[in-house]
Parts: sequence; structure tokens; C-alpha cells
Amino acid sequence: MVPHVVRVKKRRREAPQVYTLEIEAEADEQGLVPFRAGQFSMLTVFGVGEVPISISGDTAVSDRLIYTIRAVGPVSKALVELRPGDPLGLRGPFGRGWPMTEAEGKDVVVVAGGLGLAPLRPALYHLMAARERYGEIVLLYGTRSPDDIVFRRELERWRRRLDIDIEVTVDHALTAWHGHVGVVTTLIPRAAFDPEEAVALVCGPEVMMRFAIGALGDIGVAPAATYLSMERNMKCAVGLCGHCQFGAAFVCRDGPVFRFDRIRDLLKLKEV
Amino acid sequence: MESLEPILRSHRFFAGIDKAFSGLVIGCAKNVRFEAGQYLFKEGDDADRFYLIREGRIAIEVAVPGRGAITFLTLGEGEIVGVSWPIPPYRWMFSAKALDRVRAIAIDAKCLRQKCEDDHDLGYEMMKRFMPILIERLHATRMQMLDVYGSHD
Amino acid sequence: MTLSEKAIVTDEGLEALLQALKSLGYRVVGPTLGDGAIVYDDIGELSDLPIGWTDEQEAGHYRLSRRGDRAFFGYAVGPQSWKKFLYPPLQSLWTAKQEGTALQVTAAPVAEERFAFIGVRACELHAMAIQDRVLMNGAYADPHYQGRRRETFIVAVNCGTAGGTCFCVSMDSGPRVDAGFDLALTELDGAENSRFLVEVGSEAGRSLLERLPSRPADSAALAEADAVVARTAQSMGRAMPPVDVRELLLQNPEHPRWDEVAARCLGCANCTMVCPTCFCSSTEDGSDLTGTETSRQRRWDSCFTMDFSYIHGGSVRPSLQARYRQWMTHKLATWHDQFGTSGCVGCGRCITWCPVGIDITEEVRAIDDSQKAKIEGEKGD
Repeated sequence: MVPHVVRVKKRRREAPQVYTLEIEAEADEQGLVPFRAGQFSMLTVFGVGEVPISISGDTAVSDRLIYTIRAVGPVSKALVELRPGDPLGLRGPFGRGWPMTEAEGKDVVVVAGGLGLAPLRPALYHLMAARERYGEIVLLYGTRSPDDIVFRRELERWRRRLDIDIEVTVDHALTAWHGHVGVVTTLIPRAAFDPEEAVALVCGPEVMMRFAIGALGDIGVAPAATYLSMERNMKCAVGLCGHCQFGAAFVCRDGPVFRFDRIRDLLKLKEV
Repeated sequence: MESLEPILRSHRFFAGIDKAFSGLVIGCAKNVRFEAGQYLFKEGDDADRFYLIREGRIAIEVAVPGRGAITFLTLGEGEIVGVSWPIPPYRWMFSAKALDRVRAIAIDAKCLRQKCEDDHDLGYEMMKRFMPILIERLHATRMQMLDVYGSHD
Repeated sequence: MTLSEKAIVTDEGLEALLQALKSLGYRVVGPTLGDGAIVYDDIGELSDLPIGWTDEQEAGHYRLSRRGDRAFFGYAVGPQSWKKFLYPPLQSLWTAKQEGTALQVTAAPVAEERFAFIGVRACELHAMAIQDRVLMNGAYADPHYQGRRRETFIVAVNCGTAGGTCFCVSMDSGPRVDAGFDLALTELDGAENSRFLVEVGSEAGRSLLERLPSRPADSAALAEADAVVARTAQSMGRAMPPVDVRELLLQNPEHPRWDEVAARCLGCANCTMVCPTCFCSSTEDGSDLTGTETSRQRRWDSCFTMDFSYIHGGSVRPSLQARYRQWMTHKLATWHDQFGTSGCVGCGRCITWCPVGIDITEEVRAIDDSQKAKIEGEKGD
């Protein structure tokens, strides 16, 4: 599969080492393929390499793709150095996304840890755009410190809506922060939704997801109503290179969103 | 002036407690209030009381030279502030600051410790209620320690 | 007109077969002697085959030696498999060229070579069918594999010799070839010159056979061919235990045997290189010095490397134990869930070419035995 050439339209710093890139199609190309919330693309920096990045924009916007990227390796570091007008390669979208249709009629609790908020943002946009189709909507977002909060202005704007509940917590803070301090799991028991009627969407570091799912289960959210987004090494994104295997599943094709009850046993094992 | 006992009994920490026990505890309890920015206690002070928060939020902080004060936990309505009181040396390891107006019930620790010594049944009841909080905080602290959101290069 | 026609050819007919294939434009490849082993390479004429040679194979052991006769195919399989040609170790995927502000990405063309494979064994046919399922029959088909595979002409061989590490019988993948070939040969005892029973497996095979000097096969020859295959089937070096291997491995992800085998395994990845069904690959991007021409290549990869499962923060499988478990569980268990069959064809290469002689049939047996012992123990309580 050969990448399409696309261009950087905008670049914005979200937090230390975290940047958001807005991508548009080349002028003479057909345009961008629509995506579903929770899917990812393979982004190429020509001459450097290719990495999987979750799409963090609005599924209703068809002329731009948004990616929020943390610079951790050679390719992601090169990606965040790109400037408006620079070309990059795009393949995708790939993968199974969040269960937006299955969640209709239910309360939805979104638990995001760190950069896990990025793959969840398209789900949040959808929930807010189709608000009447869902019950209570709660976002619980935990990150390292107030400086690491991403999409801050949007969070503040969403908070001003009266029909969704947003709680943000950090692992530690300087005293200027007057919000919650503590792990995100502590927000779960008090959150304003009905666990028996809820669908949970969880994304973040794997350890955080396990703890959060444990806390959700403790208050009565069904394992079959809990969804998480897994991450594995990927090279091809089409189930052929073997790198993203997780038990019998290929994360690129059978995930990255998985229903918790289906992978619960795998998550208990180390180094799978 | 409302009696403090029903207020004490309605706090999550004492939910469902035997009337005999709450009757004992009430002797050590009093109503308190803090304005935003006021400290409930400071690191190094004698841990002579703990607080049942009725309203408002508290930041637990520690002073780190060169970094100022770092908050590593916030607590609010229905929660307990102060876990160092049951064990010697009865001294606060951290400071607790009110983030907004706080109303709480302060329990005199020395008074309660004495009552627990005199009545072991009361002592056991207090420990049973206290342990889950400690364990939960230990787990949460461990999760924070893992620094899961940090870079791991 | 049935496709299972049979005829007898001598070495003269075989030579004619090679030349006919070349004249039809095929690149003819097959077993040859090289680097102290039997390796697949270009075949110019019949004498390029390792005539009169055989191999001694055991766990961690491979030696060539001379036979007493002039058998053309008197050996088992060598370290390579046909994936060397169908799914090459290095494959260019695309190049991108910068021209002013425009950037043009061009897919690498599908190779135009048409291969004729000489001497394909039953286990190898099964392995090719398995790789077909992985690389062509999923939601996405690899165009390079597809291009090479479609045009391949296959001259299969029914094994006359079982290797020391072979276990195709217990994997139901040999020694008799059953499908997926154009022509199949069984080497018979020749008085002066060699004799081969030829079986037609496709229209292309039939039209080629028509061009060769041959005579009809009589019932004696057919019986002889059957005997050859039966003899091979009875002399397998090993057997996979006749248990539900998939269930066994999926039930035992934390069995102490994984630690035990990890203490021996070097993580050298030989097994994945020689295995005819292993398909894992990686990509590498490159650029010229000016950065105006960039490219991507696909290369073979192995789940035994530390990099294989690397995500920021580290490898998901840092321990050898986890990596060995991944390989074996994938090959023998989760492959079923993914592709509907086992990933193993019983060719024995991984056993032969493991420097420390790890034998997957033995590993399965060890886990199964301990499982049975545990159940017996529980019954006794």
C-alpha cells in the first residue's frame, strides 16, 4: 500500500512534546477518506519512517485530518517538526473504532488518561453533536500535571455546556492548580452516571486502562459494555506484517478498540 | 443550634455506625470552618485532629525546595483529611490547605485514641472504617508513583 | 479427460522438461549444492541438481553426504523454502521523488519473472497454500506476492526419503502431494537410467507433459510409486503428539516449560528464517543524500527480535520466554484462529536449524505430558 501525499496545514503545540497537526489533501487529489471515531492513520515522514497515529479530529469534517502527536521516537519527532506546507505520507484510515451506535440510548462514561484523550476526542465530538441520542455523558480525564493537559480550551468550552459532565485530575500539581489532584480512578465512584446503563470508553497507558476498568467494574459497569483502545507496534496496518499481534488478534484490524470482555484474559497475562 | 451527632452520622465515613459508637465519638467532635487559602494543618505539626469534610475542597501538599509546594492529592465532600493521627509519632507528614470555603467536623485525635483504648469495640469499629481509606490511598499513590503518563525513554 | 493422468519419464524426459520450461520463459529454480547445504537456486540443466546426495538432519544438525546411488531427489528439505522467491527477503515497495514543491510517490512494479519450481515437496505445497491464505486471501492482498505466485509453475516431488526431523505425517501435510501442483514426480528405482512416475495436476502440466518423451505408466510402476511414498511415511523422524495442540497451548500461557525452553533459546531467529510459513516483515525507509528521493523497502522480520514489539517505553515482550511463547503459540495455536489451519507443516527445518536443537514436537509433548500428569494426580486425590 502506497502512501498518499498530503500537506500540513496547521501546527500547534498542546503540551511539552505534544503537538497537533492539521492535515489537508493535495490540491489535485480527490480528498481525504472519511474516518470513524477511534480509527488511526499511518503517517510517513519521507525518508524517515512511518508510524500509526490516532485520528483526533471531528468525523463530520471532511477536508481536514487532525492528529495529536507526542514526540517520543525518530518518526514522531520528525512529524512534530513539520511546518505548514510540508508534505507527509498518509495511509488509512484503519481499524475498528468506538461503538458510537451501540452506545445510543445509554449513559456514556469516557475515561481518558494522558494522550488517550486524543483518540477519544472524535467520540466526544460525535456524542455532543448527536446529544439527544445518548443518556448522561461524563468525561473523566487524568494526566500528569496541569501543563500536560491537552485540548485545554476545548475542555473549558465543553464544560460550559450544561449537558455534559467533565472532571479533570492530575497526578500532581503546583499550588496554582485548584482542580482535582489524584489518579483518574478516584473520579469514577463519584461520577454522575448509572453504571448499569452505561457504556464506558477507556483510553490511555495500558496500566491506567487496567486500573480504570477495574474501578468501573467495581461500581457495576458490565465488561461487555466497556471498550478500550490497545496499542502495539505496527508496520503495515493491514494484518500482514505480524507486529501488532495480541493473542490471536491483529490490533490494526481487529482493534485498536476492543470490547473488554473479549480480551480480559489476555490482559491478565504479562508480555502478550 | 443543631446537635452535631446527626451531622456526624450522615457523613460517609460514619455511615450506618452503631448509635452507641457515634455517641462516644461525638464527645471528641466539633464543627469547624476554613476560608479559601487557610491551612487545616501544616507539615510537622502535631497530628492532634482529623477532619470529616462536609463541604469544600482541600489540597494535600508538600514543600519541595526549588519547586515550591506540590499538591499530590485533593479531597472533598464525604472524605477524610488526615491519616497520620492513629499511630505514633502523631505528626503530620504533609500540609492541608482549603481550596475554597470548607466546612468540616474536626475530631480530636487524642480524645478518640483514649476512647478507643478504653473501649476496644469502638477501636475495632474505627479501624474497620479507616483501613479501606488507607488501602485505597495506598493503591492510588502507587498508581501515581508509576508515572504512567510520563516519557519512558 | 481426467487430470490425474500418469506417465513414466526417464532423466532424458526430465532434462527435456527443464529445457521446455526455459523455452517458455520461466526462470527455473530448484535444489542445488551450495554452502554445504541443499539450497534453491537457478537450474540450467539436470546436472545442476544434487544427484546422488543426501542430508543427515537432526536437532541442531545438518550434514550432506553421498548416497550409494544416483537419486535425483534423495534428500529432505534444506534451510530455504520457496518463500525465498515468492516473498523475497527484501522487496522495494515505493519510491518518492521531490520535483520542486511537488512530491510524486510511485509504487514498485510487480516483478515480471515467472518461476518454475522444481522439486517442491508436499509440506512445501501446504506451506505455500498457507502463505496464500495469509498474503492473498485476507482483506488486503500483497500485490508482489500475488504477482509472483500466480505465474508459478510447480513440479512437485513425492519424497522418497524422510528427513531426521520430518513430521509431515502427523501434521497431515505429506509425504504425498495432493493438490496445488502442475506436475508431480515420484522417483523410482532405475536400472540404467532414472525413472520417474509423472502425475498431471493441471492443464498447464498436461500440455508440458505432452512435449516430453514418456511412456504410459503400468500398474507395476504405480505400485512401486505407492511403496516409495508409504516407506517414506513410515520413516518419519518425529511426530507431533496427536492432541489438540491449539487448546493445549492456549490453556497454558504460564506453563513453567516456557521458562525452561527460554533458558535454552538464543533468540537467534533461525527458526523464523527457515520456516516456510513465517511471514512477519518490517519496513525500512531510506533516502538519498539530498533527501529528494526517498523510498520504502519491506524486509523479513522475526518475532524473536527485541524491536519487534517495541512501543514507546520499551518492548512488549522483553523476555525470551515471552518471545518463544509468542512464536510457538502463533505457529501452532492462534494461527488456527487467524487463518483456519495450523501454521506448521511438519517440515522439521526449525528443529534442524536451531543451534541448540529445540524441537517443537518435544516442547508440545512436554506440556501435554505435564498436563496429563496433573490430571492423573488430581484423579488420585
